[in-house]
Amino acid sequence: MLLIHCPYCNETLPEVEFAYASEAHIARPTRPSETTDEDWAEFLFMRSNVKGPLYERWRHVHGCGRFFNAVRDTVTDKFLTTYKAGEPRPDLSSLTEGLK
Amino acid sequence: MSQYRVSGRGRVDTARPVTFTFDGKSYRGAQGDTVASALLANGVHLMGRSFKYHRPRGAIAAGSEEPNALIGTRRGSGRFEPNTRATVQEIWDGLETNSQNKFPSLKFDVGAVNDAAYMLFSAGFYYKTFMWPRSFWDKVYEPFIRAAAGLGVSPIEEDPDTYASRNLHCDVLIVGAGPTGLAAARAAAVEGLRVVLVDENPEAGGTLLSEPQARIDGKAAWDWLAAELEALKALGVKIMTRTTAIAYYHQNMIGLVEKLTDHLPKLPADTPRERLWRVRSKQVVLAQGALEKPLVFHGNDRPGVMLAGSAQTFLNRYGVLVGKRPVILTSHDSAWYAAFDLQDAGAKVQAIVDTRADVDALLQSEARARGIAVKLSHTATATSGRLRVSSLRINPVAGGTVGAAQDIRCDAVLMSGGWTPSLHLFSHTKGSLTWDDDRTTFLPEKTPEDCVIAGASRGLWGIGAALADGAEKGRAVAEALGKTGAQVAYAIEADRPGTGVSHKELPTDLSAGKAKAFVDFQNDVTAKDLRLAVREGMRSIEHVKRYTTNGMATDQGKMSNINGLNIASDALGKKQPQVGLTTFRPPYTPTSFGAFAGYHRGEHFEVTRKTNIDSWAEAKGAVFEPVGQWRRARYFPKPGEDMDTAVRRECAATRASVGIFDASTLGKIEVVGPDAVEFMNRMYTNPWTKLAPGRCRYGLLLGDDGYIRDDGVIGRMTEDRFHVTTTTGGAARVLNMMEDYLQTEWSDLNVWLTSTTEHWSTVALNGPNAAKLLAPFVEGVELTEEAFPHMSCVECTVAGMPARLFRVSFTGEIGFEVNVPAHLGQKLWDILWEAGQQYGITAYGTETMHVLRAEKGYIIVGQDTDGTVTPYDAGMGWAVGKKKPDFVGMRGLARPDLQAKNRKQLVGLLTEDGSKLEEGAQIVFDPKQAIPMTMVGHVTSSYDVGTTDQPIALALVEGGHGKMGETVYIPMPDRTIAAKITATVFVDPENTRLKI
Repeated sequence: MLLIHCPYCNETLPEVEFAYASEAHIARPTRPSETTDEDWAEFLFMRSNVKGPLYERWRHVHGCGRFFNAVRDTVTDKFLTTYKAGEPRPDLSSLTEGLK
Repeated sequence: MSQYRVSGRGRVDTARPVTFTFDGKSYRGAQGDTVASALLANGVHLMGRSFKYHRPRGAIAAGSEEPNALIGTRRGSGRFEPNTRATVQEIWDGLETNSQNKFPSLKFDVGAVNDAAYMLFSAGFYYKTFMWPRSFWDKVYEPFIRAAAGLGVSPIEEDPDTYASRNLHCDVLIVGAGPTGLAAARAAAVEGLRVVLVDENPEAGGTLLSEPQARIDGKAAWDWLAAELEALKALGVKIMTRTTAIAYYHQNMIGLVEKLTDHLPKLPADTPRERLWRVRSKQVVLAQGALEKPLVFHGNDRPGVMLAGSAQTFLNRYGVLVGKRPVILTSHDSAWYAAFDLQDAGAKVQAIVDTRADVDALLQSEARARGIAVKLSHTATATSGRLRVSSLRINPVAGGTVGAAQDIRCDAVLMSGGWTPSLHLFSHTKGSLTWDDDRTTFLPEKTPEDCVIAGASRGLWGIGAALADGAEKGRAVAEALGKTGAQVAYAIEADRPGTGVSHKELPTDLSAGKAKAFVDFQNDVTAKDLRLAVREGMRSIEHVKRYTTNGMATDQGKMSNINGLNIASDALGKKQPQVGLTTFRPPYTPTSFGAFAGYHRGEHFEVTRKTNIDSWAEAKGAVFEPVGQWRRARYFPKPGEDMDTAVRRECAATRASVGIFDASTLGKIEVVGPDAVEFMNRMYTNPWTKLAPGRCRYGLLLGDDGYIRDDGVIGRMTEDRFHVTTTTGGAARVLNMMEDYLQTEWSDLNVWLTSTTEHWSTVALNGPNAAKLLAPFVEGVELTEEAFPHMSCVECTVAGMPARLFRVSFTGEIGFEVNVPAHLGQKLWDILWEAGQQYGITAYGTETMHVLRAEKGYIIVGQDTDGTVTPYDAGMGWAVGKKKPDFVGMRGLARPDLQAKNRKQLVGLLTEDGSKLEEGAQIVFDPKQAIPMTMVGHVTSSYDVGTTDQPIALALVEGGHGKMGETVYIPMPDRTIAAKITATVFVDPENTRLKI
């Protein structure tokens, strides 16, 4: 079972308190009716599906209830970092440097 | 004393005899024996039949890696466990055990005919034998495979035992309490760390228990061990025996299974049988040691052929000679010591046969000093004996040529093909492995976890090396935890370090095609099978494994992996690391379902949510059904009524007078704030701006893809406050979705969301007399058509209780939903029930609710929709706000596919012959077309117990809205039913019944 750091509670807690909420940094178009079918399909369906560090969202559903962002390596299942919603994407190279 | 028990040897207590049965016959063992050691003490080697060929088999090992000696154990009625390893199960007075996989008896098993027909059962035999003819599959092949599959028989009674689970947090968890683990424990414990030391055996000590000759710091091994365990306990080390580390999960979470009662003659009260520990440790030391490999040669599975190290364990731990005239067959020094120990205990070792040309001169002179014949550069080519080995056939090998055979008479063959480091838990961590050519084995390399691996499990051999490495690694983890870490050194005498070589199958002068040289004993896989798999095109070890089933039995290839790899890589002409090792998966050893289930069984399997009115329903004899985690009353049968009768009565009473229904489980979300109306406009399809406080509206929630996700009536209590209801099962999902949009897309909106599902008890009254019944209790509003029309809501007082009153209908009748604080639900119910007697008030359940709503064409999300239905498909385009700039799903609805003409649309169906359709049944336009037919939809709801004069159904049909009055067909196994497409409203289409 993973231990996950909630950036709002500033606590590292068991996975059962959290719920996965798919890929992060996919903003809903502010004027959906003005988007093309292609752009809307891109927003709605396309995900990066990376093998390696993935920017993704989690919700501390059985805690503070907040959605936050994380970088998790899909190969090792290791969390590289978590950060508050709205904060910029952390730079991957700075995250992977310290790893064994 | 039993025939093969050696006085003065072993750790069992022969002064405390224990009587148990095996296949109905009574045997005597000693306190501390396992079933295997006690049977061997009685000269019994035959303990089971093999999986595929039903060959006679005995114990080959002395520990949890045992593949052959699997037995059933019984403790009175209800407590039966199949496939228990006889080498692990401790005996107690009255234990009943049985051999498996034999008919009619262990000594004469007719299934052994498979052994003669072995040509049929070669690698991939399932795929080849059961291919043709196709018609044989159902009647012949599948029953045959099902009958033959598996070893033991599953218990049929409910398990009367209890199982516990606990969490444990520590600084250092050490897996394996052999010399490595003990030294690591001391190094960490002296630094004041919280140390947990676990071992699957009944007592700690590991190799030390099998090597009493060693001396540590001037003390005999067993004296040192006893003192060291006391010292570790004094340092606060938690030592857990009979405890298996079954799995290594992320971030140093390790699963332990502790067996508490299987070794006890009497079950203590209030003690679980097993306890699952979820350990989170800052650092982990893996000290699981190494497992001995068999040698692969024809007849290496005959009872009496076993691992040399295990024979040494049976002698030194249990005081049992596995044979009086054993022959040693080895490629590793360790077996020489086994020979010496057995010889010194009174056996007459017939010979030491070593495949190597060069063996340590010291070992050779020790053998000569004991008068043991030594045969170097020899291979073994066969064994003989029916139910027990009686001779070993050996041949000299010179320059790659196998010479003339010689038979050595014996009653046991003790083999050693070297040792395999136990890398299972290390591999669970996704640790990488590196091939070591010298030792012909994989060694641990890197792991992403805070974990070190020490001693024999990283290829170090001998007690001295184990202690030194354990101390070093214990110090390393202490340092990783910020301690200084002291050097500890141990002085060892009479240690037995050694070397050896690893083989593929041994060379032979006999036909290799007829050889039964076993690699995987439990799944009956031979060297020949592996080579055949390669010849037939398997290239990856993962394919070879699945084609031959090598390593796929319950022992997970503990003995067979490296031998199998050696043979497969030889057949492929590649080096072992290029062929690769199969993946180790949890659990390390077979684990009971009970341990995993723990407390989560029976009523505790899942949470059961009950409303405040639940006990009333139970007292009235309601039949319940689970909805989400809720337990809801489905119907209220009167004596002698079945469901149909009860539902018919409930439906009729509600349409005729008044029905009362517990709607408390409806999801409820309070949406509050200055931007609440804007938030509602964006979340739901409907327009909310013009909805006046005190009015409510049916709301539809879509996903951004345009499909219906949820629905419910939403009341605007005040300008800035909405009382949102959701489906019973959808409440949490809807709140999560709302929070998602609010927090991450529209964080500018000032809105608060609160789940209020359990804050309210909701009592629904429906029927022509509903208003008459309720009105006298309501203060603050007149229940008239003018003052409180359909789709109104108000905060008021009902029977003196603060209430939110809704005038809504899910039945087509005059309807009210009275929400009162949850704890007052039963009080309100009782008052209405009492007052309702004059109207013949009838309680109804979810089944009647379903029927009444279907008669009105009201959908149930998740039943009449399936995640691909738009509001237009469902005939609810009226609920979509056309003038709004945006709402969740608005852009999705504009996608071309969702605008397509021939989408499946919700319609009503009336069958021509008046029969009831089956929910889920597929629909076609042309019943005469060829099979497979083109299916154009399916029945979503169907009832024949309501108030209509014929059965009704709702269905999704391609282009259904444009096909009113047309006939569709529902092919069933026995006939085809014709049905006419209708509107979805079957009762009161003008809604006259909603009026007071």
